[in-house]
Amino acid sequence: MKWLGLVFGIVGLAGLAAAAFFFLPAGLTPVTASAAQPTGTALIARGEYLAKAADCEACHTNPGGHPFAGGRAFNLPFGTVYAPNITPDHDHGIGAWSDAEFVRALHHGVDREGDDLYPVFPYASYALLSDDDALAIRAYLATVKPVAADVPDNDLKFPFNQRYLMRAWKLLFVPGHPYQPDSSKDATWNRGAYLVEALGHCGECHTPRNVMQGLDNSKKFAGAEQVGWLAYNLTSDADHGLGGWSDAQVAQYLSTGHAEGHGPASGPMAEAIGYSLRFLTQDDIHAMVAYLRSIPPQPDGPPAVGRTTSPVAEKNPLGARLFVEACAGCHLPSGHGRQSVWAGLEGSHTTGDPKGTNLLQVLTQGTEIKTSQGLMFMHSFASAYTDEELAALANYTCAQFGQRECHITAEQVRKARAKAPAKTAQAG
Amino acid sequence: MKVLSINGQLHQVDVPDDMPLLWVLRDVLGMTGTKFGCGIAQCGACTVHLAGEPVRSCLLPVGAIDGRPVTTIEAISQTANGRKIQEAWLDKEVVQCGYCQSGQIMSATALLNQNPHPTDADIDAAMSGNICRCGTYVRIRAAIHAAASA
Amino acid sequence: MGYDKPSRRFILKASAAAGGGLLLGLHLPSLARAGAETDAAGEFMPNAFVRIDTRGGITLISPHAEVGQGIYTSSAMLIGEELEVGLNQIQIEAAPPDLKKYLDPLLGDQATGGSVSTRADWVRLREAAAVARTMLIAAAAKKWNVDPATCRAERGVIHDATGRTLGYGDVAADAAQLPVPASVKLKDPSQFKLIGTDAKRVDTPSKVNGSAIYGIDIMRPNMRFGTVAITPVKGGKLIGMDEAAARRVLGVRDVIRTDAGDAVAVIGDHMWAAKKGLEALNPKWDPGENGDVTLETIVAAMDKASQNKGVVAKNKGDAATAVKGAATQVSALYQSPFLSHSPMEPLNCTLHVQPDRAEIWLGTQVPVRAQKAVAAFTGLPQDKVTVYNQLMGGAFGRRLDIDSVEVAAAIAKHVPYPVKLVWTREEDLRHDYYRPYYYDHVAAGLDADGKVVGRTHRVTGSSIYARWAPGAFKNGLDIDAIECAAETPYEIPAEYVDYVRDEPRAMNTSWWRGVGPTHNLFVVESFIDELAYAAKQDPVEFRRGMLKNNPRALAVLNLAAEKSGWGSPLPRGTGRGVELQFAFGSYLCTVLEVSVGPSGEINLHRAVVAIDCGMTVNPDTVEAQIQGGLILGLSTAMYNEITLTGGAIDQSNFHDYRAMRINEAPKIEVYQIRNSESPGGIGETGTAAAAPALGNALFAATGQRLRHPPFARRLVSGT
Ligand code: FES
Ligand code: FES
Repeated sequence: MKWLGLVFGIVGLAGLAAAAFFFLPAGLTPVTASAAQPTGTALIARGEYLAKAADCEACHTNPGGHPFAGGRAFNLPFGTVYAPNITPDHDHGIGAWSDAEFVRALHHGVDREGDDLYPVFPYASYALLSDDDALAIRAYLATVKPVAADVPDNDLKFPFNQRYLMRAWKLLFVPGHPYQPDSSKDATWNRGAYLVEALGHCGECHTPRNVMQGLDNSKKFAGAEQVGWLAYNLTSDADHGLGGWSDAQVAQYLSTGHAEGHGPASGPMAEAIGYSLRFLTQDDIHAMVAYLRSIPPQPDGPPAVGRTTSPVAEKNPLGARLFVEACAGCHLPSGHGRQSVWAGLEGSHTTGDPKGTNLLQVLTQGTEIKTSQGLMFMHSFASAYTDEELAALANYTCAQFGQRECHITAEQVRKARAKAPAKTAQAG
Repeated sequence: MKVLSINGQLHQVDVPDDMPLLWVLRDVLGMTGTKFGCGIAQCGACTVHLAGEPVRSCLLPVGAIDGRPVTTIEAISQTANGRKIQEAWLDKEVVQCGYCQSGQIMSATALLNQNPHPTDADIDAAMSGNICRCGTYVRIRAAIHAAASA
Repeated sequence: MGYDKPSRRFILKASAAAGGGLLLGLHLPSLARAGAETDAAGEFMPNAFVRIDTRGGITLISPHAEVGQGIYTSSAMLIGEELEVGLNQIQIEAAPPDLKKYLDPLLGDQATGGSVSTRADWVRLREAAAVARTMLIAAAAKKWNVDPATCRAERGVIHDATGRTLGYGDVAADAAQLPVPASVKLKDPSQFKLIGTDAKRVDTPSKVNGSAIYGIDIMRPNMRFGTVAITPVKGGKLIGMDEAAARRVLGVRDVIRTDAGDAVAVIGDHMWAAKKGLEALNPKWDPGENGDVTLETIVAAMDKASQNKGVVAKNKGDAATAVKGAATQVSALYQSPFLSHSPMEPLNCTLHVQPDRAEIWLGTQVPVRAQKAVAAFTGLPQDKVTVYNQLMGGAFGRRLDIDSVEVAAAIAKHVPYPVKLVWTREEDLRHDYYRPYYYDHVAAGLDADGKVVGRTHRVTGSSIYARWAPGAFKNGLDIDAIECAAETPYEIPAEYVDYVRDEPRAMNTSWWRGVGPTHNLFVVESFIDELAYAAKQDPVEFRRGMLKNNPRALAVLNLAAEKSGWGSPLPRGTGRGVELQFAFGSYLCTVLEVSVGPSGEINLHRAVVAIDCGMTVNPDTVEAQIQGGLILGLSTAMYNEITLTGGAIDQSNFHDYRAMRINEAPKIEVYQIRNSESPGGIGETGTAAAAPALGNALFAATGQRLRHPPFARRLVSGT
């Protein structure tokens, strides 16, 4: 009888502790910039550079909408999350937020009301940002055009709509402190690590996730599939990763969106380059390269281009025919790219992937990239071509430019099509 | 101010870097022989030669030209193969509405430059990017063969 | 706008009945006038079509517009023949809008279309030239005072018996003073020097060196360049735009919204500024009541309508009973998709509207309608609107409508400067006046030995005439919608054809190359093939059996069968299809050979066409028109259909509205039967032949009967 009460007591305490863990309002620690932090326009310029490095605009801007006004939908396995409005508008944006609240959001994934944010907002990476950098970004965002526009409410299934559950997740996956330099490495390497891990949040796409949707760092940068696109292996593995690339090629790719002999970026990577990476200084680009080079090899994901050299047109006349009709206008029959380096296909990982994951994404959804020469785009070819035709075209492209026998089926094309966002009526 | 070398002449133009050559030719320089058909590199009507290569001017930002010479339909007759192609076009009476033909002729000339005796397969590869809604393909093929053996 | 004029079909019927007599009986307003027109410069203009200046320069004022069909050349040949001059001596001018002078008697409008141009001009242009020649000779004879009969003309020079000569220019002024003869005698075809030859086209040289000027190439002093966004959903309205953002774009000068709010244009220093400006403008539209329309809702409505009895177009014998009582009954549903014209030259229009007048430069098949549209939108009197008609980069019927002129006028009237408005390909394709969707129920009965005892055919679809020429839309019957369905080359004892009008929501419909016949020949000729199959007969034999009293049709059928090696064995997966037609006054038969690859890809091998279009002005042009028409038709039948979502068109450019490329084009052989029958039309025959020939060939190759283009989409692969 006595110890029954004890049991109740313990359970009760545990319950209270749990309740406290899940439901106590998040604390708010004040933040102040270090003495090194610039002020005035210098601070804003620095903030703008960092906001680009952190790729804020891409996610917080709805296609065709106002910059940073949010509204862009992220369709996740468990529902849809809409990026919030982060313009300085008081009622609809973050104009009313205190600096501390802003920094807390970046570091701990908590909104102004203290509610937990979904990790589609990459605070697991931003947690590594220094207070100075977070405050500089804040200073810049305070200067962008305020937009008085609400964004749709998230639409998530139970239990994922229970925000408090995020706390347990955070406990496991969110670092509790900003980036700590590795004294055994030089400053360049450490700068690169900070750019890749914190600002660039590259791992969010390129590192596979575990059952709990946390990054599985035992497979760091081994490549993963995100919203239907394959984020390729970035490790120094020669066949599957960047081991076969020269430093110059990696640098060129990061700062322009294409690399001689390795083709153009497409899909989400093209977006990351168009909105973010192409604005980084060459010093920062080289720092990123230095850090990426040190990632231990992982033999995961599709190998880079193969070595088939047999002529493929005979084997796949339909693919060859469709390529010269619909593709050679930009890519040239040779695949060199007619007039734009972003149209050069040879050696691109996408043409070398035997599963054709990204190739089918590009064919069925199109892709575009902002460059120093304006917007480079490819339309979706889904609607006017049959599944059989697109499969033949993909296999031809794979064999001809990826130098690999591929067996992409009409069925795969049908699946890729189904993934494409629903067409909406709009002005031409 | 940008300096473009077109048909052997230098032109100074004050246009944005991302402006496609097509509109510089047509709207700024008044050279309307190069046609607008699609604006997405699907039809070939806007084909011109950039340093000898056939390119789609509708998607060629002038900022990307950096000094390379441009040749358009207006001057293609000044090249041996260009003249051959034009004569074959007249001889085989290829043209109907004619709107696509500037591009067809520029592509065909580039083909002959790279390959003096193209096979049907070569013609397919080089010419399939040029749409002709009037359907003059049968005669285009005949004219290219004729020009090659001229 | 009402166009209460005799429609081309009525007159064609009459002319067929009169063996072309009506054409000969054509009243020429120009000949009716007492004295010839002449101007201060002593120019000689005996009628609306020919002008000769005092330097001997000869100008043809072409009543028909050049869309690529070669009409400038054929018209010049007709003039040159009677004027005794060579093609290189003739200048050509597009006729200004003037219904009195340039009305097409077969279309009842100053229009170019329906493959009637040569039929309309065959006599009147030769008469016009003969009149001029007669008067010039008369003037010279008067000078020499000799009997005109002793004089002759050659290459623009008049000779008398003694060898004296005078150029046309020398006597132009005198000729202008002479009365216009009431009638003239035309050359006997046996004396033709130009007509019937493969004369070189007059417009080709300028089209191979980039100097030809199309509407889109017009340049005017102080002109600016604009591009438009039109409501994506018919009946929609502009509800928002970011004008400040548009004006921030370098080179943007104006943002102009139409008063009706159905379109907005950004105008700048060049098309690129306009295009970027329009992107920045980011117009927002309220779709209005059509926002819920999809292709599916349109077809569902059409299916429902097609259950009702229609307006009778043909009723011979008791078809229904004949079919019911037949040993074998066959019935089918055919569907023909909405189609876009998508000529290579996107829609464009250059306008300069001033307080007291307006000038418009464009390529149009209907200059008078264009003039009226500008007058209506600017409030200017019609005669204060000058139309300069230009070469067209294709039309295929698109430029028979003036919706783009109306938009251009609604915008240009708000700016003081000349503005060239160019539609992007996307705007052009999404705001076409589409070939209607047709929904056809057909049925027929065969007796024990496979003879057709009767057939019924119900056509359901939009009426173009009801909108385009209401005067021709009588008692609910659209004679275009049933052309080649009501009348076929075949002898069938009992026939019943009716028409149900059903106007699709959210869509504008109009003429598309091949008009009624393109749709009906697909249905009728495919179904005839189905019947041949049901009768276990060879498709050519089966057709022969119904052509006993139709020698011209039988002749083209036999010629095409012979030249194509009909009946000779073919490899597996390869097939031959035949189609036969009497349309536009011409008889034509096509045999198409195709194969289908393992992924269901269609390979077009060879097309053999036999044509009898009567008297031929330029055989090479006839061949070119058939080659090109066939390719456009095959391209369309394989790949094209327009669909809607939320009331807006899904397709936008050539990546999703496919066009055949050179690597898909078949070999095409054209065999022409020469005779002295009055000329038939040619420009649309090939296009109309394509779908049935292809459908029948695909059936032969795969055993799949395709009743709903586009075929590439619907062919089940792996066959
Ligand atoms: S306009 Fe450039 S390819 Fe069509
Ligand atoms: S000739 Fe008209 S599009 Fe080619």
